[in-house]
Amino acid sequence: MINKPINQNYYDFVIERDKDLCINCRVCERQCSYQAHYWDENRQKVMHDNTRCVGCHRCEAFCPTGALTIRQNRSEFRENSLWKPWFLKNIYKQADSGGVLLAAMGNPAPYPIFWDHLLLDASQVTNPSIDPLREPMELRTYLGSKPDRLEFEESSEGKVSLKTKISPQIKLNYPIMFSAMSYGSINFNLHIAMARAATELGIVYNTGEGGLHPDLYQYGPNTIVQVASGRFGVHRDYLNAGTGIEIKIGQGAKPGIGGHLPGEKIGPGVSMTRMIPEGSDALSPAPHHDIYSIEDLRQLIYALKEATEYRLPVSVKIAAVHNSAAIASGIVRAGADIVAIDGFRGGTGAAPTMIRDNVGIPIEMALASIDQRLRDEGIRNHASIVVAGGIRCSADVVKAIALGADAVYIGSAALIAVGCTMCQRCYTGKCPWGIATNVPALARRQNPEIATRKLINLVRGWGHEIEEMLGGMGLNSIESLRGNREKLRAVGLNQVELDILGVKPAGR
Amino acid sequence: MKSKLVIDAKGIYYRDLNERIRQAVKEGVKEFELLNVSGQRYIGTALDGEIKFLIHGVAGQDTAAFMRGPYMRIEGNAQDGLGNTMDDGFVSCTGMAGDVMGYAMRGGQIHIHGDVGYRVGIHMKAYKDKLPVIVIGGKAGDFLGEYMAGGVIILLGLFSQDKDAPIAGRSLATGMHGGTIYVREYVPEYQLADNLLVEKADDEDRKLIEKYVRRFCEEFDEDIAKILDTDFLRIKPKSHRPYGKLYVG
Repeated sequence: MINKPINQNYYDFVIERDKDLCINCRVCERQCSYQAHYWDENRQKVMHDNTRCVGCHRCEAFCPTGALTIRQNRSEFRENSLWKPWFLKNIYKQADSGGVLLAAMGNPAPYPIFWDHLLLDASQVTNPSIDPLREPMELRTYLGSKPDRLEFEESSEGKVSLKTKISPQIKLNYPIMFSAMSYGSINFNLHIAMARAATELGIVYNTGEGGLHPDLYQYGPNTIVQVASGRFGVHRDYLNAGTGIEIKIGQGAKPGIGGHLPGEKIGPGVSMTRMIPEGSDALSPAPHHDIYSIEDLRQLIYALKEATEYRLPVSVKIAAVHNSAAIASGIVRAGADIVAIDGFRGGTGAAPTMIRDNVGIPIEMALASIDQRLRDEGIRNHASIVVAGGIRCSADVVKAIALGADAVYIGSAALIAVGCTMCQRCYTGKCPWGIATNVPALARRQNPEIATRKLINLVRGWGHEIEEMLGGMGLNSIESLRGNREKLRAVGLNQVELDILGVKPAGR
Repeated sequence: MKSKLVIDAKGIYYRDLNERIRQAVKEGVKEFELLNVSGQRYIGTALDGEIKFLIHGVAGQDTAAFMRGPYMRIEGNAQDGLGNTMDDGFVSCTGMAGDVMGYAMRGGQIHIHGDVGYRVGIHMKAYKDKLPVIVIGGKAGDFLGEYMAGGVIILLGLFSQDKDAPIAGRSLATGMHGGTIYVREYVPEYQLADNLLVEKADDEDRKLIEKYVRRFCEEFDEDIAKILDTDFLRIKPKSHRPYGKLYVG
């Protein structure tokens, strides 16, 4: 570890190896894709290099004798509440390289988490609670534009039928979808797992901007295909393959910027689905250059509707930013059937650190203000609202729906279900858990069967919990919770925050 | 059912017009002549296979978007987004075309006799046997070939309505990381982004240029000898990884 640049000497993690327990089996060496563990020929034992450890805990999980513990490096700089080690280390890195700091997954900084200031109601004495184990409980959700009114007509035989033409809808058995994660940012084993899990659960997954592998077309009824600024893999068959189309304008982890999938990640499979040559960079521009206004957005929405003969709902995904409410109103007026909002905690395979940690607003605030704005304007029924970005548990889902969401996207939670430990190094392409990597030897660590099962288990578990919480509130349908902010009370928030959330303080 | 359908598009809402076209295609119509088109959008969008369109008037936004296969001739002008994300087929326009023409185009050809707007041919890509080609008889606005990742743009600068304008606007091919742009004669250096390698087109290049310019001349009845009587510049990116060294983990 001597003679390394200082940015590596001040490492983040310490590998603790219990000498009595270690049997020098070299499992850790094989599991670590960052070469933190190595075999020392001279000493005839496994050694390690703390500077290479990213804190993914793969070795710790696989050590057969429990000899390994990964800890935060206890070495501490002189206490300084302004110049925290995070800033020092970043400056050392940039002084060495002149580069833009790169990060992954969602914003980890200690901003307020409003979910943790919201509490749910439950029935006591009056309006009795419902036991979901014995009584029917409705979680089914339809995403899409709902009509302003229903008209019926009566035939000469007196048979009454619906006259109003209902816009296309996406049917979900749970108000939960797997978020857009492209084939490329994660590997094929996980794409097939998401597709199969979504199919078995009766929900949908989102392709992200990476095209659709030919083997996954069969899961089309449970797929939302995404169209982003790079238009990778976008063609008429792709657009018609799914049950909905999403125009990605922005992403919570990196609002306002595009994406660069580096050439070394464009292998044969990714090349095929993105329809670009192997080894070439896949650059997604920051904006769609055919969309500079709400009118232009309308043009793309209707281009997609024309291309699919008005069979599919079109979603528009934006990052939660300062003026989300006004933007969402424009999106709905532009003809979107679904507005997807990604909060600043939303994950990513790679984003500039400064953007990830400093741009955007909390999803709770964006959601509440958008729902309210669309209600005030009388257009809330014209589009469904889907929220994403830091949904950690079923209670977050319930709170989101009470704040006005129709459904949520889960990305990070889905990856954690298959082993992600949030080490935030996805951009290296060397994910030791076989998730954010296309290196065949690493990708093989994800067995699609097992991953499918874990995703199904997670959503089923959350589904049961949502039913329990609904039943406790005396509700037997998720519809009755939607936008029902009376079911929420807040603790520890100021009056302005309460006003934006439209929630009363606890006790009132 | 007749194999050719003539529609007078005057006063027809775009959605009804396109629905009629789609319906006719399903019924086996292979050839369309559209009269009095005045900005109706999405004509030919996402249509597949060997279908012929002759359009008189002004083709609206996103004409031929996501199109795969048809031949389309526009006698008149085209608005923005012509051939947006087009997959295959052939489009020609005897007049001018607007902004973002050929955005993310992956295959087929677009020939414009006159001038084109801003951000034409941006993010074009080639894949395997798919090679998108744009030939522009007139001049181009800013950001021609921005982010270009593959394919060919040939800019002639001859049949322009604006004598004083430079052949291409500012930031030509900025962010380009694949494909080739050929410019007839000369482009002022200040128009070029600094990521570009500009050389005189060699014999191989001229063969390729000739192939597509010949098609251009057939389409618009121009004299190929006059167009090819001078040098062409070949513009390629210096790097296929323009942003490869930008980041630190």
